[in-house]
Amino acid sequence: MTIDWAALGQVFGVTLVVTVGLVGLFTVGIVGTSRKPVREGEAAAATAPGAGARAGALAAFALCAAAVAYGIYLIVAA
Amino acid sequence: MEHITLLIGIVIVTALVFDFTNGFHDTANAMATTISTGALRPKTAVAMSAVLNLVGAFLSVEVAKTISGGIIDEASGIRPEVIFAGLVGAIVWNLVTWLAGLPSSSSHALFGGLIGATLVSVGTHGVHGEAVVMKVLIPAVAAPFVAGLASMAATRLTYRLARGRDEADTAKGYRAGQIASAALVSLAHGTNDAQKTMGVITLALITGGVVAPHADPPLWVIASAGLAIALGTYLGGWRIIRTMGKGITDIQPPQGFAAQTGAAATILASSHLGFALSTTQVCSGSVMGSGLGRKGGVVRWSTAGRMVAAWALTLPAAGAVAAGAAFLAGQGTWGVAAVAVLALGVCGAIWAASRRKPIDHTNVNEGPAAEPVGVVTAALRAVSPPPAGHPAPAVETPAVDAPADAPVPAQAAATDTPTTTAPRAQAATVTR
Repeated sequence: MTIDWAALGQVFGVTLVVTVGLVGLFTVGIVGTSRKPVREGEAAAATAPGAGARAGALAAFALCAAAVAYGIYLIVAA
Repeated sequence: MEHITLLIGIVIVTALVFDFTNGFHDTANAMATTISTGALRPKTAVAMSAVLNLVGAFLSVEVAKTISGGIIDEASGIRPEVIFAGLVGAIVWNLVTWLAGLPSSSSHALFGGLIGATLVSVGTHGVHGEAVVMKVLIPAVAAPFVAGLASMAATRLTYRLARGRDEADTAKGYRAGQIASAALVSLAHGTNDAQKTMGVITLALITGGVVAPHADPPLWVIASAGLAIALGTYLGGWRIIRTMGKGITDIQPPQGFAAQTGAAATILASSHLGFALSTTQVCSGSVMGSGLGRKGGVVRWSTAGRMVAAWALTLPAAGAVAAGAAFLAGQGTWGVAAVAVLALGVCGAIWAASRRKPIDHTNVNEGPAAEPVGVVTAALRAVSPPPAGHPAPAVETPAVDAPADAPVPAQAAATDTPTTTAPRAQAATVTR
């Protein structure tokens, strides 16, 4: 009996990369669209994200949506 | 279809009942953390999961072929009685673990039942031992580690990236992301698990000579299997949802998102590569991983230990019940009838026992959840003889959960009172 370590490793590798990548990407989106933290001694109000951060966040979210679409494609095509 | 005998009809109905228990047993996988982080209201969550399970059932038939053609040797004289007995074993074990609130694997219960019944009726040559190890045991052991490590890394990363941001500000985004991941898990679950039932029904039809070996399942099989799993999902296994969403660890929105995404990625990667990975092990593993990934996050190992014990017992326990059922059903028509009556009786008894301390969508999020589960299980152990093969650490449970005795009566009496304010840390720090 031989254990298919290659397939197992492949599953693990793909899972790890996809999970960390997607969560990281999505977090970038969240950070880009949320308000900046208030520092002590600075202005009291939290500042809204700038246009650049907003665009980057949108791109990150779009990539996440594409990944979800690819996931659905995998399910359907399987 | 005109060749379907009464016995095959019984097998099909039993398979659909199993599919139903599979549905409500596994609602927790997709929706437990979604419900506990508040991303979706409980009823909305199960409704969405049910619809996606139904859709998923129609999307793929790959797994169905694997199960009817791989683990059991269809040419060795598997009769419908054997399949029937296997299903009974799987259903009984699913209900027992549901009563205890433990997320065990429905697929393993099914495999265990089929293997046990085949061993008794056909002998060892009826089971492909290598296929069992390759397709069931190894993926089952690997699944929680793969999903857990991925979720843990993802949880660490997301907390690091979003550090300094106001939690209230980011929670909404995390919840939205979690809904998307949970939807993928539900869809994948439909494609995976509804197909196990399709595989079993197809196997019954093959053994009855109704369809040719290695045939695709007919459309009515796909439709009925999808409907049964969706109905089960909608009714919701709230006991298991509570254990997974609140019992294993306290899930914050970022963790819920990371855990659910990790689970979705694991399930999709594995099923795409042809592994029959158990959704339950994947999802439980990723919940634990996300608990370990947050600084100050605590995994309640007593609950996790009970869960792992249930996993280890699933294959032999379902197999033992199924072996008994197969022996009885092998005695002839009266034997099949006796198995059916006994199975109905056991199901009724378990349902009646569950009504003593009902858990439903109104109180599913009430914590501290490790304790209610522990107390419920302890109470059930007191009033009913423990089923053969209950999680081993029975003695440990009362000792660990002892401090919970105080908050429980209040919680049981007033289901509508939000008791989440009870000291959560208590559960985590009990070490006596």
